[in-house]
Amino acid sequence: MLTKRIIPCLDIKEGRVVKGVKFLGLRDAGDPVEVAKVYDRQQADELVFLDITASVENRKTLVGLVERIAKNIFMPFTVGGGIRDVQDIRDLLNAGAEKVSMNTQAIKYPDLISKACGKFGSQCIVLAIDAKRNQDSGNRAASWEVYINGGRTPTGIDALGWAKKAVALGAGEILLTSMDYDGTKDGYDLELTRAIADAVDVPVIASGGAGKLEHFYDVLTKARADAALAASIFHYREYSIRQVKEYLKGKGVPVRL
Amino acid sequence: MIAIIDYGMGNIHSVQKALELAGATAIVTNRIKDIEDAQKLVLPGVGAFGDAMSELKKQGLVALIKGQIKKKKPFLGICLGMQLLFRESQEAPGVKGLGVLGGVVKKFSASKGLKVPHMGWNELEIKNKNCPLLKDIDNRSYVYFCHSYYPDPAKASVAAASCEYGRQFACVAWQDNVYGAQFHPEKSQENGLKMLKNFVRLC
Repeated sequence: MLTKRIIPCLDIKEGRVVKGVKFLGLRDAGDPVEVAKVYDRQQADELVFLDITASVENRKTLVGLVERIAKNIFMPFTVGGGIRDVQDIRDLLNAGAEKVSMNTQAIKYPDLISKACGKFGSQCIVLAIDAKRNQDSGNRAASWEVYINGGRTPTGIDALGWAKKAVALGAGEILLTSMDYDGTKDGYDLELTRAIADAVDVPVIASGGAGKLEHFYDVLTKARADAALAASIFHYREYSIRQVKEYLKGKGVPVRL
Repeated sequence: MIAIIDYGMGNIHSVQKALELAGATAIVTNRIKDIEDAQKLVLPGVGAFGDAMSELKKQGLVALIKGQIKKKKPFLGICLGMQLLFRESQEAPGVKGLGVLGGVVKKFSASKGLKVPHMGWNELEIKNKNCPLLKDIDNRSYVYFCHSYYPDPAKASVAAASCEYGRQFACVAWQDNVYGAQFHPEKSQENGLKMLKNFVRLC
């Protein structure tokens, strides 16, 4: 049976992990390869690396890093941040990334999704959506707006509609981050996640808000996410991947242990 | 020496490193002489079927690969590289595959809550324990999948292992010296590395 995935996320700046990762016994907690190895040993199902520098000079550093990761860990990982065109995608995939994720550039040039899928297949093209709940929906159903440029720029685009359109263009997976819940540790946005997961027939990775074990259970069952992503609770060792998976297994959720 | 056939379709570093870890000398190449001199061949691949076949053609590799397989050289196709071994794919109607294995490649149909691509860790069910690639692999081991199309071999006996996703499909193919893995052994942690080691140890 296909299992639900637990995915730690690492923010990368100029080839280094930022936002602090506290692992005992790591020689260098800023080296993405060292951190990745720890998660590999903990049986993380995938890793996501988000490059937050995203400058042109930085692309070579990023590709070099991806090569180094792929040579050291034998598990799937996704790379996102600052992807501009098909050539960037090709470079990252050739360097060993399983998938690439795009947000800003996909909004600006939706054609890039179909072009990339035609070249490399939908299975490696992930659409990242940063979504923020619209406050004044009144009696209407809840809705969410897409933000780009690392959450700085509102687009006026409806997240649900965009998810459907991107999947029609070929996107093979959606990495969905709730900007309202991100960093709160209050749990994932179940309503948002469920709305998107029900609307598209590709896998959905929920992100933003994980703080407790039951948050993973809720988002993977009630909200029907296929995977749950988290950063700080793993980096600060509040829970290990294994603990999360054992908890889920105990509640009857299929996980790989 | 193992030659990993480089036709510009992704994911080659991890395959190379994994084979080296498994004890092999592995080179990434598209040179005819390297491919002829190698004891074993690996055809990796991330991408679309049509593009991949036209790349292989452009680089003059189609007849070469078929010839090497005929000479009984051990050959492993991974993911798209496995699919290319078949006659054709629904991903690229009208494009001929290598045709080394009988059968075609089909698309999963997204229905009744089945998400496509089939993405993540799933169990393999071993059908043929004698398949050398599966030596010391436990039944129901997890491996990593990432694909929207699946191979449907003409002969059921070609499926050395299958996987359940909406339907049963062949996830390990084996016919004489030809092996295929629909999942990514190079991304499947211990189980995957074990299979690559099995391939490296083949005589």
